Amino acid sequence: MNPTKQNAWTLFVLFVLLAGTVGAAYVDVGKWNTAIAMMISTVKAALIVLVFMKLHRSGHLVVLTFFAGLFWLAILISLTLGDFFSRS
Amino acid sequence: MSEHATPLAHQFEEPVQQQEAATLGMWIFLATEVLLFGGLFLAYIIYREQAPLAFSEASGKTMLVPGTINTAILLLSSYFVANAVHLTALGRRREVVLLLLEAILLAMAFLIIKGFEYHHKIEEGLFPGANFHFAGTQARGVQMFFVLYFAMTGLHALHVAVGATILGVCAVKILFSRYPARLATMVDVSGLYWHFVDLVWVFLFPLFYLISHRS
Repeated sequence: MNPTKQNAWTLFVLFVLLAGTVGAAYVDVGKWNTAIAMMISTVKAALIVLVFMKLHRSGHLVVLTFFAGLFWLAILISLTLGDFFSRS
Repeated sequence: MSEHATPLAHQFEEPVQQQEAATLGMWIFLATEVLLFGGLFLAYIIYREQAPLAFSEASGKTMLVPGTINTAILLLSSYFVANAVHLTALGRRREVVLLLLEAILLAMAFLIIKGFEYHHKIEEGLFPGANFHFAGTQARGVQMFFVLYFAMTGLHALHVAVGATILGVCAVKILFSRYPARLATMVDVSGLYWHFVDLVWVFLFPLFYLISHRS
């Protein structure tokens, strides 16, 4: 598919997901509201990274850098929360 | 030299290497940006855990319609920039400049709407500090929510302003360049930054605007 068309489809799906995430906020599922919103955001983020930022067409070094960034973020969050919530 | 090739800086062996180095540099910078915003998201998680009810109540005070419009604005601007990146490589000067201008106008609209929201919050007495005013038992937690709201959306708005400026520089350079296709790498890495700004907002939006049950 030519990139312009691919971008247009991606935008369409992103708008549908935006409508979905706003719509989901009107349904009360208690604690799950945030989880659902975050799942939709993650899908949106994946589309932006893969199509708009062309991660799938980038070299190995760029892909590695992307995952390194996520890995460091995971360290930041998991170690801090692990410490924070295990204090008495 | 062909009109499509970017002039080669002396430290590089070949154009592909030069282009890859620029892209990699931007991705590494973006990884550090992830950690900058990551620290703030971490603060959000901890404070929300301590005052879940206050956060839910405070979230109901944010303006859903402007927030949703702003999300759509950034997604649309990312689409324009993605197309601009593609067309720059083909040397389509006119279309690229127009697309970049459209993206910049959308960025300005985003900032104006954000400013309108900030103004509204300040008028309501929800700006944290001495003039903070919130009736109810959750006032402390609500104030913390708005500390994070202003800090995170403020830092993000700064990124929007910087991103729009970078896109503006790209547009001007392409407009006056003899061979616009040579600027493909510049537009490409600028685009990466712009998409990252969009990406951060995709997470900010639900965490601030959508956590209280709307009805």
